[in-house]
Amino acid sequence: MSWLIQIFSSSVGKKLLMAVTGLCFIGFLAAHLAGNLSLYAGGAAFNAYAEKLHSLGPILVVFELGLLALALIHVITGITLFVQNYKARSVPYEKDKAAGGRTLSSLTMPYTGFIILGFIVFHLINFSFVDKSDRTIFEIVRAAFVNPIYMIIYLVVMIIVALHVRHGFWSAFQTLGVNHPKYMPALMVLSVIVGLIIGLGFGLLPIYLWTIG
Amino acid sequence: MKKLPKTINLTLKVWRQQQSEKKGHFENIATQNIAVHMSFIEMLDSVNEQLTLEGKDPIAFDNDCREGICGTCGAVVDGRAHGPQKATTLCQLHMRQFSDGDTIVVEPFRARAFKVVKDLVVDRSSLDKIMAAGGYISANTGGAPDGNAIPIAQEIAEKAMDAAACIGCGACVAACPSASAMLFVSGKVSQLALLPQGRPEAARRALNMVKTMDTCGFGNCSNHRECENACPKELSIINIARLNREYLKASFFSDAT
Ligand code: HEM
Ligand code: FES
Repeated sequence: MSWLIQIFSSSVGKKLLMAVTGLCFIGFLAAHLAGNLSLYAGGAAFNAYAEKLHSLGPILVVFELGLLALALIHVITGITLFVQNYKARSVPYEKDKAAGGRTLSSLTMPYTGFIILGFIVFHLINFSFVDKSDRTIFEIVRAAFVNPIYMIIYLVVMIIVALHVRHGFWSAFQTLGVNHPKYMPALMVLSVIVGLIIGLGFGLLPIYLWTIG
Repeated sequence: MKKLPKTINLTLKVWRQQQSEKKGHFENIATQNIAVHMSFIEMLDSVNEQLTLEGKDPIAFDNDCREGICGTCGAVVDGRAHGPQKATTLCQLHMRQFSDGDTIVVEPFRARAFKVVKDLVVDRSSLDKIMAAGGYISANTGGAPDGNAIPIAQEIAEKAMDAAACIGCGACVAACPSASAMLFVSGKVSQLALLPQGRPEAARRALNMVKTMDTCGFGNCSNHRECENACPKELSIINIARLNREYLKASFFSDAT
């Protein structure tokens, strides 16, 4: 056991936790997006998708608990890294210029992360922990996005998620030691593409729902 | 007739701190007639001559070889470790990189693990501690082995040499938004991990060097890639990926602790 504690309390081990849980989230987002695309096929298709998902019963509960565990690990480790990294530069620079590595995306990881965390709570209250006895999920979703404020909140957060993933995706591979000149340049480009797919994929949905309002 | 070297006038906004425990502050120092062919260190020499003549305390800074190979010099100049020129140590940075009338901000490498000793001099002994934790091989004494007894592929030798180019100046730490020493440690781990002579102790080395790095108070790598861009020897973060592999391999698959 002590060897496990040693790994996960080390800097490299904590990053391993971030990378594995982060990549799992990206996998989850891909599945979530695929499901949500059924919205474009209309209310019946979306309700059928939701129905099918809930018919999984205990399997779905296991999945949800798994996601919760991943989230706890990612968030707690993320906060630890943020605090440690903040403390490691005890005195900030008077003048601090980029040498050519850092990006908006990489610099804002902890902040975009926190916003995503807040959003997840908001999102679950909106569409998960709601009374679904007299309305279908499509009706609930559609009613929500009639409100332009909802549409804008979702849109902005999706841009923020895209930023988090744009650095997170390639960074996770680097953390796992998966870096070779053969494919790293491609992974870097893929990271932008994955960020765009997630940002556009999720971001266009609230706009669509708002327009059909 | 030979043309005289061009000179410029600059204002240095330089960090002054008497000692670790005292509070520091920025001081503006006006300098005149700085020959553009001087290195940054030579410029500091000439400023110090002026300060000494005026009866003031000269600016303390570290330097030794002045040819970019020892890793002793270093400061953050205008927001960049070792100044604005890529792949250059402070002692190899020339004043022609600056323009007449510029105000140049000069600060020490900032990190919790690098305490300021005086002005621009920082204590980088934490890097030595990391080296002492495993940045070497244990070779038994005895007859010298045959030069080519252990064949090493050219590509591998090249990668090991690239990693070994690290001069241990600490610019990676200074440039990292999280003050992480991962590029330094990864260079030291890589240069040995790539070669057969380094393999017997590779697992222990990776574990102990990372452990020591963590206890020294450096930050965690967030893959910002500022380090490889600031490194005067242009070490690549591919070394950090190798360190991660070495560390994870050692943690999960070796007997080393
Ligand atoms: C949609 C949900 C999320 C996804 C897909 C995601 C994905 C990722 C990925 C792939 C990484 C890169 C790991 C690495 O560099 O090895 C990462 C890093 C990070 N995440 Fe998330 N994340 C999500 C939510 C969050 C949340 C809720 C937080 C809350 C605090 C957070 C905070 C962080 C931080 C601070 C890092 C940077 C760690 C570092 O490099 O120092 N993330 N994330
Ligand atoms: S003084 Fe030796 S590298 Fe600059």
